[in-house]
Amino acid sequence: MQRSTDTHGKTAAFDSVETAVEDPTATVLELDGVTKDYGPECAVEELSLSVKDGELLTMLGPSGCGKTTTLRMIAGLEQPSSGSIRIEDETVADADTFDKPEERDVGIVFQDYALFPHLNVEENIAFGLSDATEREIDERVTELLDLVDLSEHREKMPSKLSGGQQQRVALARSLAPEPDVLLLDEPFSNLDVRLRVEMREEVRKILKRAGVTAISVTHDQEEALSISDRVAIMNDGTIEQAGDPAEVFENPESRFVASFLGQASFLSARVAGENIETGMGTFDTNRLNGPVEAYNGATVDMLVRPDDLRAIPTAESTADGYVTQRQYNGPSFVYRVKLHSGDVVHCLHNHSESFEPGEPVEIDLTADHPLAWYPTE
Amino acid sequence: MATGERDRVAEQTQGATTERSTSRGLSAIAVAITLLVLSPLAWLVMRASEMETARAIELVTSQTTVDVTVNTIVLVSTVTVLAVLVGVPLAILTVQTDLPFRRFWTVTSALPLVVPSYIGAFAFVSAFGPHGHLSNLFAPFGIEQIPEVYGLPGAALVLTLFTYPYVFLTTRAALLSFDGTMVEAARSLNHTRWQAFRRVTLPQIAPGIAGGSLLVALYTLGDFGTPSIMKYDVFTRMIFNEFGAQRIDYAAVLSWLLLGMAVVILAVESRIEAGRDGAYVSRGARRPGEIQLGRWKVPALLFCGGIATLGLALPIGILLHWLARGGVGFSQAGRPFELAFAWNSVSVAAAAAAVSVVVALPLAYLAARSDTRLSSLPDRLSYVGYAVPGVVLGLALVYLSLRFLPFVYNSAILLVFAYVVRFMPQAVGTTKSSLLQIDPSYVEAARSLGYAPLSAFRKVVLPLVAPGIAAGGALVFLTTMKELPATLMLRPLGFETFVTYIWRVQESGYYGQAAIPALVLVLVSGLSMVVILRRENYDAT
Repeated sequence: MQRSTDTHGKTAAFDSVETAVEDPTATVLELDGVTKDYGPECAVEELSLSVKDGELLTMLGPSGCGKTTTLRMIAGLEQPSSGSIRIEDETVADADTFDKPEERDVGIVFQDYALFPHLNVEENIAFGLSDATEREIDERVTELLDLVDLSEHREKMPSKLSGGQQQRVALARSLAPEPDVLLLDEPFSNLDVRLRVEMREEVRKILKRAGVTAISVTHDQEEALSISDRVAIMNDGTIEQAGDPAEVFENPESRFVASFLGQASFLSARVAGENIETGMGTFDTNRLNGPVEAYNGATVDMLVRPDDLRAIPTAESTADGYVTQRQYNGPSFVYRVKLHSGDVVHCLHNHSESFEPGEPVEIDLTADHPLAWYPTE
Repeated sequence: MATGERDRVAEQTQGATTERSTSRGLSAIAVAITLLVLSPLAWLVMRASEMETARAIELVTSQTTVDVTVNTIVLVSTVTVLAVLVGVPLAILTVQTDLPFRRFWTVTSALPLVVPSYIGAFAFVSAFGPHGHLSNLFAPFGIEQIPEVYGLPGAALVLTLFTYPYVFLTTRAALLSFDGTMVEAARSLNHTRWQAFRRVTLPQIAPGIAGGSLLVALYTLGDFGTPSIMKYDVFTRMIFNEFGAQRIDYAAVLSWLLLGMAVVILAVESRIEAGRDGAYVSRGARRPGEIQLGRWKVPALLFCGGIATLGLALPIGILLHWLARGGVGFSQAGRPFELAFAWNSVSVAAAAAAVSVVVALPLAYLAARSDTRLSSLPDRLSYVGYAVPGVVLGLALVYLSLRFLPFVYNSAILLVFAYVVRFMPQAVGTTKSSLLQIDPSYVEAARSLGYAPLSAFRKVVLPLVAPGIAAGGALVFLTTMKELPATLMLRPLGFETFVTYIWRVQESGYYGQAAIPALVLVLVSGLSMVVILRRENYDAT
C-alpha cells in the first residue's frame, strides 16, 4: 500500500513518536447526514464527516454548536434523529439500528474525567477489561500506566491525584479496551492554563503512541489548532469547514470561520481592475486569495489579522487613521486602529513599540500570504 | 461539618482575654447542661452497682431475657432488611427511571414517615385484627380468616411501612448527588446498564443506604408502641411491663441490654459517617440518562401504588373511617376526648421546646466554634439522649426523682425534663448548622465598628441564627407532641394528652374515639417533616 501524502505524512514529520497505525487511509468513522432534534430545536443538522485511522480530529465551535451532541451520538449516549453512523464499516446507528454504548468499541474521556471515586487507579484502568484473565489485565494495566507515565501511582485513589494525573488515568482507562475510536469531550477545560498547554502535548503524544483514532471537542481554538491533525469548525449544528489546521486558519471559507479563528478584522476594499482600493492604501489584486475579477467595480471584505498589519506613527496629514486602544499581552501589544474610512483594524507589535491612544498612524500590509476575502454582505 | 468553617468561626472569638473568660463561662454552662442531660443514665449505673453480681447474671441469662433478646434482634433485622428492600427500589424508581408521575410517587413514598408507628399499628390491628374492618368486609365473601397481624409479622410489617422512608430519603439523596457521567463512562467501557449500576452506582450510594438502614434499626429498637400493640415481646415492651409490675431489677437489666444494642448501632453509624466524610463528593454534573422501564412499567407502578396504599391510604383511610362512623356503640363508650387534653399536650410540648432552644444555644455555639474534640464533647454527649429509648429514660427518671427529688415526681416538670433530654439534640443540630453558615467576617465587621464580643453576638449572630433556632424549637415541639413511652410513664396522675388518650382508647378497644387525636398527631408529624425538609432545602423533584 502506498504511503499517503495527505495530512498523515505531515503528522509523522511533525511528530517524531512512532505510531501504531495500521492503515492510515482506511476510514474508521463515518457520519452521514446525521441530525439530532430536541423537540422543535435542531442541535445537529445533516452532519457528515469521516475520520481516518489514527487521525486526531478536533471539532471546534462555540458552546451550543452541537459538537458535544455529535460526540455523544458517536458514543451511543444519544440516538440520532436521522442519518447514519458507521464505525469500522459497521453501522452502529441509522433508521433501523441503534447499538448501545457498551456494544460499540468507542472510548470516552469525559470533561470532568468521571473517574470512579470508589476504585483506585489500577481498578479504574482495569474497569473495562472484564473479559480478560487476571494476568492479562495486570499486564495491560502496567502497559497503560507506563504509557501515561503514572506507574508509581498505581494504588492511589483518584481523589489523591492532581488534575493532570486524573486526566491521564481517564485516558488510560478509556484506552484499555483498545477502542476503535476515542472521544475526548473538552479534555483540557478543567485544567489551569499552564497545565493545559503541557497536557496538550502530553495527550497528543499518548494518543499518537497508542495509534488510536481520536475525536476531540473544544471551544478553545488554540487547543484545536495545536493538537489536531485536522480541525472541523462547527456552527449551528453543521460543519462549516474541515481541514488541516494551518490551511483552515489561513483560508477560512466563511466569515464565521474567519472570525472564530484568531482576532479577525474585515477591511472593505473596492476592486478596480488590477487594483484593490482600501482605507489603508491601494494594493495589487494578487495580494488576495483567489480570482476576484467577477467582483470588478464592487466592494469585498478582506480578512486582516493583527499579525498581517503594522502601524507606523506619522503626521496627521499622511495618516490612515489613529490608535483608539492599546491592549497589553505581556510580550506584545495589540493596537486597535480606527481608519478614516471607518473600518477598524488590529495591529500586533512587539512590546517595545509603544504608542499612545490618539496617535495618528499609517498602516502597512505586511502579510506574506494571500489574504482571504468575502463578498460584502 | 467542614473543619475550615469551624476554624473560621473559632477565629472570631479567640485572642482577647475578655473572650477567654466568656468562653470559659460558656464551657462551664455547657458542661452543667451535659451532666444534667446525662443524669438519667446515672440511675442505671447506680442500680447496677447496687445489684449483686450473682443476681445480675441470673437475670441476664434467664430464658425470658434470651427470648426477648432474640425477638428484638429478629425484629430489628427483619425490619431493616425489609425497609431496604422497599426503600431502595422506590428511590431508584423515582430518581432514575421514566416512571410515570414520579413527583407524585416521591411524595407518597416519603409520607408514611408522618404516621407515628403506634397509630399505624393501631390502624392495622383495627383493619386486620379479629373482627377488624377488613375481616368484616371480607366475611360476606366467605373469607373468614385473613392473616394474623399480631406478633412478629404484624410488628415487622407496620414498622417497615412507617420507617422505610428513612432508607428511601437517604438513598434518594445519594442518588441525586451521584454524578451520572460515571454511568456513561462505565457504559462506554462495555458495561450494560445493570452492570454499570452494580459496579459503579451501587458502591457509591451504599453509604446512603447504610445510613438510612441504621436509622431504621435504631428506631425499631427503641420503638415501644408498635410491639406493644402487636403483643410481641421485645425489650421496650418488657421493660414497660416490668415497670408496671414493679420488678425494677429486671427492668434495669433489660434497659442495660437495650442501651447496649443502641450503642452498637450508633457506633456503626458514626463509623459510616466518618468514612463518608468527603469521600465521594460527587459534582453531580449530569443526571444519568433515565432508565426506560418498558414492560416493567406496570409492575413498578403496582409496587409504588401498593406501598402507598399500605403505608398511607390504609391508615389514613381507617382514621377517616373512624371519624365518619363516630356514631353509637362505636365511640360512645369510655371517656370522651376533652379539649383540656389537647391543651395539656400543647403546653408541655411548648415548655419542652422553649427549654430546649435555650439550653441548645450554648452547646451549639461551643460545638460550632470549637476546633478541638474536647470542646465539642458536650454537644456530642448531649446526643446520648437521642439514643436512649423512651422507656429507658422514663424508667430512670421515675426512680431517680423518687429517690432524690420526690417533689418533682408526678409533676409536669419531670415530663418536660424527659422531653428536653430526648429531643434537645434536634435543636442543637439546627442551631449549630445555622451558626456554621454565618460568615465570621460579619462578627469581625461588628467588632471593628465598636461592639464587644457579646453584643456583637447579640446584634449580628443571633438575628441570623434565629430561623435555625426557631426550626429547632418547632421540631422539639412537634416530636414531643407524639412521644409515647416516656409520656405514659412520667405523666402526673390524671394528666391526659393526645398520646395518652389514644393509648387508653387503644387498650380498651373503643377505636372510634381515637380518630380526632390520631389525625391531629398525623398532621403534627407532617408539619415537623415540612420543617425538616425546608431546613435541608430538599429538592422534591
